[in-house]
Amino acid sequence: MDFELKRLGFTLLGLLIVLNWGLLMGAAMRKIGARVGKRYGIPWFQPWINLVKNYAIRTSLSHGIMFYLGPVFRLSGGIGLFLFMPMIIGSQLWLNYSFQGDLVLIMYFQFFGMLGMALGAGEGGHPYSAIGISRGLSQFTTIELPLTLAIISIAIQYDTLSIIEIVQAQQGGFMNWTVFTNPVATIAAMLSLLGVLSHSPFNLVIAPNENPIGPPTEYHGSFLGVLQTNRAILHVVEAALFMNLFFGGATNWFEFFAKTFLIYFWSVFVGVVFPRFRIEQSVSWFLKVPLVIGVLAVILYM
Amino acid sequence: MSEEKNIEQPSKQAKTFENPYYAKREVTGPDGQKFIVDPMKDYFSDECPTVHEPNSIPVVEKFLNWARAESLWVLGFGTGCGSIEIGPLLTPRFDAFRYGVMPRPTPRQSNVFIISGYLAVKTLKRVIRSYEQMPNPKYVLALGSCTINGGMYYDSYNTINRLDQYIPVDAYVAGCMPRPEALLAGFNKLKELIKAGKAENANEYAKNFDWYKANQKKIIKDWNMPDYNW
Repeated sequence: MDFELKRLGFTLLGLLIVLNWGLLMGAAMRKIGARVGKRYGIPWFQPWINLVKNYAIRTSLSHGIMFYLGPVFRLSGGIGLFLFMPMIIGSQLWLNYSFQGDLVLIMYFQFFGMLGMALGAGEGGHPYSAIGISRGLSQFTTIELPLTLAIISIAIQYDTLSIIEIVQAQQGGFMNWTVFTNPVATIAAMLSLLGVLSHSPFNLVIAPNENPIGPPTEYHGSFLGVLQTNRAILHVVEAALFMNLFFGGATNWFEFFAKTFLIYFWSVFVGVVFPRFRIEQSVSWFLKVPLVIGVLAVILYM
Repeated sequence: MSEEKNIEQPSKQAKTFENPYYAKREVTGPDGQKFIVDPMKDYFSDECPTVHEPNSIPVVEKFLNWARAESLWVLGFGTGCGSIEIGPLLTPRFDAFRYGVMPRPTPRQSNVFIISGYLAVKTLKRVIRSYEQMPNPKYVLALGSCTINGGMYYDSYNTINRLDQYIPVDAYVAGCMPRPEALLAGFNKLKELIKAGKAENANEYAKNFDWYKANQKKIIKDWNMPDYNW
């Protein structure tokens, strides 16, 4: 079979695996949160049912073209991240469409969905959406800063902007992982990961019991289904990015599942322990602690 | 005594309340351009609700109904004293999350509306607005005897007696107050109805829209919103 066709098939299969793994991890997170709160929690298959139900909602009302495009942009941000992210190192077929310099593109795609969502939710016209957007964008800007500095630091360290080369440089024993060779950058990035995955201390933007649910206030039915789909994909791909950059990547799917779950669990672990920050608290926290560590990580490798 | 005489007596004519926020007015834009804003037309849709027929393939509809029944998102809107029971329902003792019940802050994303107890006329107005904003397969769970016949407020000047005159009700949970177990039983009844395909009250509301609207307008005097507001 033609290699390009084969690669397309494997990429789509990978997307399916990532989506289901993301939904399962979301359920596991809810379950862990429930057990910490002494509840039994949702059934493990609840996210799938929610997804089916949301896609099956009959009413679908629009506030304009951008309102439609908001979730589409969000989903293309998530899928774009997935497409350029190597999943399994060592197999040509699971590298997706990663290429030299994909790290820059991935940094861009992280913001792409948020901006599309901001335009779409803005057209929804609900005041809570507008408040949610301004909070979300200001928080995410401060999250991106330490993450970008950490990535600059390891780009200097490995002298490349290709994720595959960064992963290959970490092979041959866990002492070669970035977490041991460049711990300062890892700390900065792992702190900003808490914000990227938007769990408890930094989930004010979409918390259901703050300003009702923030940007997606007006989104319902299949719009919300698209947003949930994206969320599941995005969480796995973000965890995979951190796995590739700092924890040696994965050479098989079992390793992939174990590492992404543990990286995801780090944010869940912090989330169930710490209460929610207000927006100005989280912004100033990101500008104080992870940003300083990030600057330090760059200075050390200059 | 003399001060009291100076107070103007209200005129005998009935006054209609007009909120200036909803008045039609001319607005000057940031670049000096002038345009007319009519909030009642611009901010709301006054289209009538339409009937959305269930999926024509029975197997598909059965599957979708199963998903709808197992994922009931409740609008976080407590209307009367019954809303005090929603707290225990979601916390460790009763934990309704086990059954796919989840609170949701916005009517756009909710499927179930729990009318938790008596409804003052003022609250009824908000209930109607919230109910109409919910997307089509939507269910109403009426909690307590107040929603059935007025309960202990049956002769009150400011509460409605029968909820199903104003919005269609899928399942009643009787009692004053029903405990969270009773509410869980109500959820199970609602699930049975949805799985059997009998919970099509959103379509019933669209079909009998004029009747419901006439009833609502009979009791809500200051009707300062479009007839149907999405």
